Amino acid sequence: MRYSGFRILKEALTGHKGWGHAWRDPEPQASYDYIIIGGGGHGLATAYYLAKEFKQARIAVLEKGYLGGGNVGRNTTIIRSNYLLDGNEPFYEFSLKLWEGLEQDFNYNAMVSQRGIINLIHTDAARDAATRRGNAMILNGADAELLNRDQVRAMYPFLNFDNARFPIKGALMQRRGGTVRHDAVAWGYARGADGLGVDLIQNCEVTGMRIENGKILGVETSRGFIGAKKVGVAVAGSSSKVMAHAGMRLPMESHVLQAFVSEGLKPLIDGVMTFGAGHFYVSQSDKGGLVFGGDIDGYNSYAQRGNLPVVEDVIEGGMALMPMIGRARLLRTWGGIMDMSMDGSPIIDKTHIDGLYFNGGWCYGGFKATPASGWCFAHLLAKDEPHVTAKAYRFDRFLKGLMIDEKGQGAQPNLH
Amino acid sequence: MIIHHPILGPRDAQEFVYLGDASLIGRPDGLTASIEDFHNYTYLRDNPAGAHRELWYHEQGDRSWLVVTRNTLTHEILQVELARDVARAEGRSK
Repeated sequence: MRYSGFRILKEALTGHKGWGHAWRDPEPQASYDYIIIGGGGHGLATAYYLAKEFKQARIAVLEKGYLGGGNVGRNTTIIRSNYLLDGNEPFYEFSLKLWEGLEQDFNYNAMVSQRGIINLIHTDAARDAATRRGNAMILNGADAELLNRDQVRAMYPFLNFDNARFPIKGALMQRRGGTVRHDAVAWGYARGADGLGVDLIQNCEVTGMRIENGKILGVETSRGFIGAKKVGVAVAGSSSKVMAHAGMRLPMESHVLQAFVSEGLKPLIDGVMTFGAGHFYVSQSDKGGLVFGGDIDGYNSYAQRGNLPVVEDVIEGGMALMPMIGRARLLRTWGGIMDMSMDGSPIIDKTHIDGLYFNGGWCYGGFKATPASGWCFAHLLAKDEPHVTAKAYRFDRFLKGLMIDEKGQGAQPNLH
Repeated sequence: MIIHHPILGPRDAQEFVYLGDASLIGRPDGLTASIEDFHNYTYLRDNPAGAHRELWYHEQGDRSWLVVTRNTLTHEILQVELARDVARAEGRSK
């Protein structure tokens, strides 16, 4: 069924009896051509593009819980392509272009809102760095704009411009950045993939991989063995656990990242704002809640909940930037598990096992990458060669010294 | 999280800096190890869900390195040792 204005009228006149389920709930078949492990944003996007753009068939997505129950349902919904390095920027710009056409493409309202993102500048050196980043973005076909102090003040007059430690001197702005309704991304891709014949199998945890003579034959699951010619893994924070079934150790640590939302307030922040120096970023949801976050907690964790010192740190950042936030009440906090890679950049690559492919290491930046991650992973699965924008996301970049280290922190995942 | 320091008693985890997996104590010999050995040491991790032995540095305290065994699913701290003792038991820094 296609969703449209006419459809709403028709259903309104016929008692809303025709909507039906958005996707099926099929039993797993004995085997598939492609199995995608992980029914989150990246896994569902992979299955969708594999079926739609690369015309592959007999695809299943295996999800241990429910669709979209992991990080795609736990992030702070920001999309942007304001990266510096050659390995990253073309990929994220490809992703932003896919976001721009996404809702028409999969016929689902994902509330893509290009409300603009600014990164605040506090020193001359930071302005130089922002200028360089902006130029790198423009060279890769993205948009970037350097704002002065008055332009930032016109947008957000309530900021603390004269903070003694971090006075606001300007900002780097990407007007095409913004936010997206995160759950709707998972639902839209799920519905789109299901409509193209992909089996979305929930409550189906992968408990092992059957590998013989260096080739994958299928996966053992909580619902029995399922054979496959090719298996793609896109499980974010659980990457190390799942790839351990194939005997692999990954260049990754799993860390917890917390996020926060305030009570609903009147319209206050119409874009996205990042205060990198204070480890704080914020936007306002369409329901009115201030959605904000900061750094990861900084120790290995699979707990999906963090500790209070980081809550305090994030809120101190918020108070420094916009003291009025102290009057708002915090509604909820939660945590998600990030697969923090050793250089802060992802991996989309084959493994040494024939037919086993891996997509992970997104750190805390996986949401904005969802469309391009799915597209590039589908490209790799279907054609056995990397997409042109994802060529740098290789496993062996650490061995070869070709790291993509945006923050320049080295092999210290909790500092990325 | 409260880390029970073997010398100083219970200390808040905020006083510490986290480094990562305690296997980092076992650095390969720079004169004899292969590039692959150093790659594996520097970049690859077991990253377990469950008991994890990890290095914490008491920067805001006595500047000692500790090996903390902690459950990554619950954040429960199971054991705390001085990294010096662990390293010596493994035959390093004689």
